[in-house]
Order: sequence, then C-alpha cells, then structure tokens
Amino acid sequence: MLTNIGVIAGKEIRTYYASPMAYVVAAAFLAITGFFFVASVSDAFSEASIRGFLAGAVFFMIFMSPALTMRLIAEEQKLGTLELLFTSPVREAEVVVGKFLSAFVILLAMFALSLFFVLLLYIYGVPDSGPIASGYLGLILYGAATLSVGIFASSLSSNQIVGLVVGAGILTALTLIDFVSERITGTAQEVLNGFQLGASFSVFDFDSFGVAQGGHFADFARGIISLGDIAFYLSLTGVFLILTVVVLEARRLR
Amino acid sequence: MIRLQHMSKSYGPYPAVIDVSFEVLKGEIVGFLGPNGAGKTTTMRVLTGYTPPSEGVVTVAGYNIESHSLDARRHIGYLPETVPLYLDMTVTDYLHYMGRIRGMNSSWINERLPKVIDVVRLGDYRNTLVGRLSKGFRQRTGIAQAILHEPDVLIMDEPTIGIDPIQVVETRQLISELGSEHTLLLSSHILPEVSMICKRVLVINDGRIVADDKPSALSSRLQHAERIELGVKNAEPRAVISALRDLKMVVDARTDNRADQQQRAEAESRLALLVDARPNAHAAEAIAKLVVDSGWGLTNLNPLPLTLEEIFLQLTTEEELES
Repeated sequence: MLTNIGVIAGKEIRTYYASPMAYVVAAAFLAITGFFFVASVSDAFSEASIRGFLAGAVFFMIFMSPALTMRLIAEEQKLGTLELLFTSPVREAEVVVGKFLSAFVILLAMFALSLFFVLLLYIYGVPDSGPIASGYLGLILYGAATLSVGIFASSLSSNQIVGLVVGAGILTALTLIDFVSERITGTAQEVLNGFQLGASFSVFDFDSFGVAQGGHFADFARGIISLGDIAFYLSLTGVFLILTVVVLEARRLR
Repeated sequence: MIRLQHMSKSYGPYPAVIDVSFEVLKGEIVGFLGPNGAGKTTTMRVLTGYTPPSEGVVTVAGYNIESHSLDARRHIGYLPETVPLYLDMTVTDYLHYMGRIRGMNSSWINERLPKVIDVVRLGDYRNTLVGRLSKGFRQRTGIAQAILHEPDVLIMDEPTIGIDPIQVVETRQLISELGSEHTLLLSSHILPEVSMICKRVLVINDGRIVADDKPSALSSRLQHAERIELGVKNAEPRAVISALRDLKMVVDARTDNRADQQQRAEAESRLALLVDARPNAHAAEAIAKLVVDSGWGLTNLNPLPLTLEEIFLQLTTEEELES
C-alpha cells in the first residue's frame, strides 16, 4: 500500500522536476505573491506582516493549483498508461494519493521558497511570529484542498486544459460564494458561508489586502487557529480525493 | 492458467462479448483471432482486470479476476493495443518504474533489467527517452515492461500493428521466443501471423467464439471447403446464380470479377462464375448436374484451393459452419 503510493509519488515528483510546468508555476507564484508582499509592506508605517503575501497566495492558487495538477491524471488517460496502471497490482486510491502527494511536495517546495519574504521581515522589522506561523499552516491546508480539487478535475477527461478550466472553475465558484451569500439571509446564508473557500477578490484593494471575511482562511491570516477551519480544508481535500477515486472506478466499470 | 466461464461484457446496452468460455493451459501459446471490433480487446481487458465482466467467472493463475483482482494482476504481463509509455522517461527509468508498480523490489529489478533489455534487443537505447524511439522500438519497450516481472501469463493485444515490415518480422520472432517461457495469449486480425506463432487459435466474431483449434487443423477442417470456378454457356447470369444459390451445399455464387477471367469469358462468349461450397459436400457433382439438367452448356468446372485469409473470412462470416 505505502510502497505503491511512494513509488507513484516519487515518479511524479521526478516528472515535475524534469518538466517546465512546476518551474513556471513556482516562478509565477513567487513573482505575483512577491508583488503583493511588497505592496503591503512598502508604506512608511505598514506593519511587518505577511498579510499581503497570504492574500495574494490564496487568490492566485485558485489558478495555480489546477495548473500544477491538470496533467496528473488527464495525461495518463491520453497516453493509455492508465490501462497499464490498473492492470498492475495497484489500487485506484494508491494512484490518486500518490499523485496528490507529489503535487503537495511541489507546493511545499514553493512555500519554502516564499520564506524568503519572511526572512526579509525579520531582517528589516519586528514581525509578530504567531500570524506568520498560523498563516503558513493555513496556506498548507488551503493548498492541499485546492490540489485535491485540481486532481479531481484532471480525472474527468484526457484533456489537460479541461482539467485546468474545471479545477479553476470549481475553486472560483467556492471563492465567489460570498457574492451570493451576502444577498440572502438566515440559515441559507450561514450554510453557504460555510463553504467559502477563503480567497477574495478584495485582494486587489491595496488598502486591505483582503481574504474573504467569513471564509475559512480569515482566522489563519489573523493568527487564530480554529479546529473548524482545519476540519473544513481537510474534509474538502478528502472529499475531492475520494471523488477522484470514484471517477476512476466508474471509468473502468463503463 | 486462464479460464473464462460464460463471460459476457456489455458497454451499456451494447454487448461486446457474449457468453465466451475457454481455457488456456500453462505453457500454451494461443492466438486470438478476429476482425476489428469482434471483441478481442474487450476480452483482454476483462482478463487483465482492467474492466470487470458483466457476467460469468474469469480466473487467471488461479485467482478470480474480480474478487482477487490484485493477486491475479500480479501474475499478468500485459501489452495493450496502444503501447502505453511515458514519453518523457528513459527506457531504463520507465522499466524500473513499471517494475516497482508491478510489485518488484529494486534488487530484483536490477537483476532482471539487463536480461530483459537483452531479450528485446534494446541495449543501445537503454538511456534514450521513450518519446524519441521509433514505433518498433517503442513496441519492444512495451514488450519489455510486460515480461519484466516474470509473469506466468502474458497477454498481448495486436503486438505487431502499426510497425514497419522488417520490425514486424523481428517482433514476431521475439514473441515466438517468449512463448517458450510464458503462457501466452496474443490477439491479431492477421491469420498468417497467428498460425506462425501459435499452436492454438481461438476465432472470435461479433463477440462470440466461433472456432477453437490448431492452426493446421483449422485449415484442414476447411480445406474441403471448396471454391469452384465455373464456366457456363447459353445461360442468363441471374438465373444461373439464383439456381446455384438454391443448392444446399452452396454458400455463395457470384460472377467472377477478376479481369483476366472476364476477358477470356467474353472472348469465348460464356459466363465466368465463382461458387463457394460447404466442406465435404461434393458440390462439383451437384453443380455439374444442375447445369446439365437446366440445359445450359458446361464449359469448365474447376475447384480452387482456399487461402488462409479466405478460410478466416469464411469462419467469421459463416457461423453455421461451426454447428
């Protein structure tokens, strides 16, 4: 079980290492979040925090995570190698988890590079370490959830672009929930708000560098770690990984 | 090694394979012959555990392919019709990965890899990216992954399709060599290929097994199936053809459209016809009698030997021949 997951994850990490996609995504991620980071700390009295970085990261990961994962299953379907995998003594779940872990490792590497911003804060200021730690914890959980959605999207067809568009579409829909929820009231609004992914288009408002206020990322950005938010991202990750397994099993049963 | 009992597989409402039962014993090399769309690939996908059967019981190496799928798959080496390769890996990396996926540990792989690369003659290309290989070499890489883990059962779907003629010959030779160490089921729509490599042939058509025999027996059983060249004078073509078709030993009768035959027939002002008759039915006598009794002029009656392709065509177009 673990061996197979490790073998698959290892192979995918090597493929990332050898192909341009991971580098392109990492470069774009660092450039864009770097821009938001700089914008948020360059005023004379701005606070030494990674708020701008976090807001930019959660927003652009809506597109970057599916870009990282779009190849993972779609390409196997296109090359016909899925037939080889599933006539080998390997379970669907092992394939899905292995591939997820490979993308997760790439994501962690990207986040590790972004610690450069944190380093700058400590050199030139006196940042509060709490929100930085909770922010990164949130980012890791949020990243896992977005990758899981991306892998699900990649399993739907043999076309990588479909995987990208569907993945980014689902994540955007979960992000735009507050556009709908603020127009309704009562229980429906609360339930809907419960699915708010966390990013917000108010990231482009350079006075606030917002993440969605009702969303699950807001507390992480403030330095608060709540079990509810952790559970939300973990279950989102789990649900979409299971859905991916279901899609792959259904494909064989056809 | 392979046993199918009343296996059927439908895709939605469309039946692809209907009530197929056969057994392949240890060490047998069996050809699986049928036209495109007959159900070969579907049967192989069921055998390899890729897709479950809709009905029936399938066991491979003693394991039920549904209830003990992973155990069964461990004993199978499979080469699908489109050779599944990761184009951005080198031959060695690809084979190493496939070995791990098949449950081999690194030391076993390192021991097997040079041997397998030697068997499929990929030595010069071991560090080439798979995407840079020609079709024939990709095929060999595909064969290498199928035999790497020393499977008991080797299943190959159209292993010579789409590669150039010289490489086809080499690939066939390679497959024959593999047959000495593995139980092998090989699909093809080319009869000579199957009769060259296999000691037993299963013929499938429209999702059903229509013949199961040695290639030689298959031909000899049908050797007495006759094709007869017939020349008739003073007759109206349609009347002759319909009269011939009414004979119970005749499968089909038609005008002989081969150009040289037509020219000669015109010069001699006779009709040139081709008649396909059932095996062992003494059709020539009956045809001669019919022509004479109808008052037409019999100019020639000439039995022709059937080629293997035509036997195959007969087998798969004339199911009653089996019963």
